[in-house]
Amino acid sequence: MFKRFFNRLLKRQPFPEKDFDVVCPACKQASSHLSLLNSNYICPDCGAYIRIPARDRIRMLADADSFSEFDADLTSKDFLQFPGYQEKLDKARESTGEASAVVTGVMRMGGMECAVFAMDSRFVMASMGSAVGEKITRLFEYALKMHLPVLGITCSGGARMQEGIVSLMQMAKCSGAVRRHSDAGLLYLVLLTDPTTGGMTASIAMEGDITLAEPKTLVGFAGRRVIEQTTGAELPQDFQTSEFLLTHGFVDMVLPREKQKETITLILKQHGKETV
Amino acid sequence: MTAYEKLKMVRALDRPKGSDFVEGLFTDRVALCGDRRYADDPAIVGGIGYLGDQVVTYIAIDKGRDMAECMQKHFGCPMPEGYRKALRLMKQAEKFKRPVICLVDTLGAYPGAEGEERGQGQAIAENLVEMIGLKTPVISVVIGEGGSGGALALAVADRVYMLENAVYSVITPDGCASIIWKDASRVHDAAECLHITAQDMVDFGVAEDIIPENFEDFPQMCENMKTRLLQDLQGLKKLSVSHLLDERYNRFRKIGIYEENGKVKQ
Ligand SMILES: [Zn+2]
Repeated sequence: MFKRFFNRLLKRQPFPEKDFDVVCPACKQASSHLSLLNSNYICPDCGAYIRIPARDRIRMLADADSFSEFDADLTSKDFLQFPGYQEKLDKARESTGEASAVVTGVMRMGGMECAVFAMDSRFVMASMGSAVGEKITRLFEYALKMHLPVLGITCSGGARMQEGIVSLMQMAKCSGAVRRHSDAGLLYLVLLTDPTTGGMTASIAMEGDITLAEPKTLVGFAGRRVIEQTTGAELPQDFQTSEFLLTHGFVDMVLPREKQKETITLILKQHGKETV
Repeated sequence: MTAYEKLKMVRALDRPKGSDFVEGLFTDRVALCGDRRYADDPAIVGGIGYLGDQVVTYIAIDKGRDMAECMQKHFGCPMPEGYRKALRLMKQAEKFKRPVICLVDTLGAYPGAEGEERGQGQAIAENLVEMIGLKTPVISVVIGEGGSGGALALAVADRVYMLENAVYSVITPDGCASIIWKDASRVHDAAECLHITAQDMVDFGVAEDIIPENFEDFPQMCENMKTRLLQDLQGLKKLSVSHLLDERYNRFRKIGIYEENGKVKQ
């Protein structure tokens, strides 16, 4: 029993060195993930922003060897026997090596300690079910106890319909944890990444003290197709992009990847005491 | 009755709507309008009234009773200004230390370009954060359709009740069917899979109890509801604010089914 636990600890390196190919969705050119890590996941061939896996996000922002992960063994359960859900989970676990759609833990940025969650769009569209809700809630509760700021890197298809109403309740549960953290005078910083939609936009993605967004990122509540079908409206090209949200007053800045580390570190410094 | 039959039933035009329940439950009402930021959303009605001898703030999503009303209220799909008006009334209730009663009946928040421009997601998110910490008792009753985030934005409460045939769902069964089977006509299958009935809500700890329907004698049904709500408020009013908020936090905190270290937790 103890040995198994120890083995798991040894096995659990937060950033495995194994390389794999990532295909650019724009030009279909394959690049190695290790090379993309050094180029902000910007395609070397066409300059497109490639979606960043959660673990790589944290790796790119965190000071070397400063990240320790929480709740890595927490994973989803197909408790409704919902059609196709178990297969979706198996496939997501297999293809990403992750146990859930969110990676949580603590890290340092420029010496500043913070709690962090990053969502992974490769895992069932990073939709929010019980596993995601529980991990994020625990993270905020931990950050409250330790007086740490939280950096949340969002992307999500919304609530996870395969877990029914229990998924919807995760929005309220996480919001409760955000509220308690906030009431203690602690900072919650959000970085919106592509795509952040539905129940995620209607909860923790829009509950930050400061909200940053990547360029040309889809952020919205209702889907474009649903809106077009319901209202027959012709929607502008930039509808529900981060630039659209900036114009309408719902984000503080649109922040290119090259500047994220510097800006986030500065904001953390403005709100806290240095620990290293 | 199947989940789909219930869904059809709560969507029927002749079922009592938000305004009917407001008239049946609350006396000597003063209706209040507007979010003080942009507009008044007729899909959400609210104000101050008496529940028995108790002054309360009431907030109800109203689908409308005839076609003209339905159009005006965009079929009970609230705009961001509707959620902001609800929040304004809740904060007012907190200030004057009166309880809040929310009545929920919506397909979901309005999916439109204007709603997105004015921050539909942000408006709902703000209600979740504000309601979980609102320093006065809140009771929500799903009287018909509880449609996803648009319903939850009025249902972060100390007690949640379901009317006998009411449904509550993370996504409309219609939308769910078109996603899984690319076939909106399989809405009855989706309704089953999603587990949307009042009994499901009690089983998942999402609702405390089920309120029997009796639309043949609607005044009597409202009297029974009134007794139930007043009883609850008496209990909730006895709690200190910090105790009330702890219980509300824990009410939602404990919901979730997942696996950890190979064990199922719920
Ligand atoms: Zn490319």
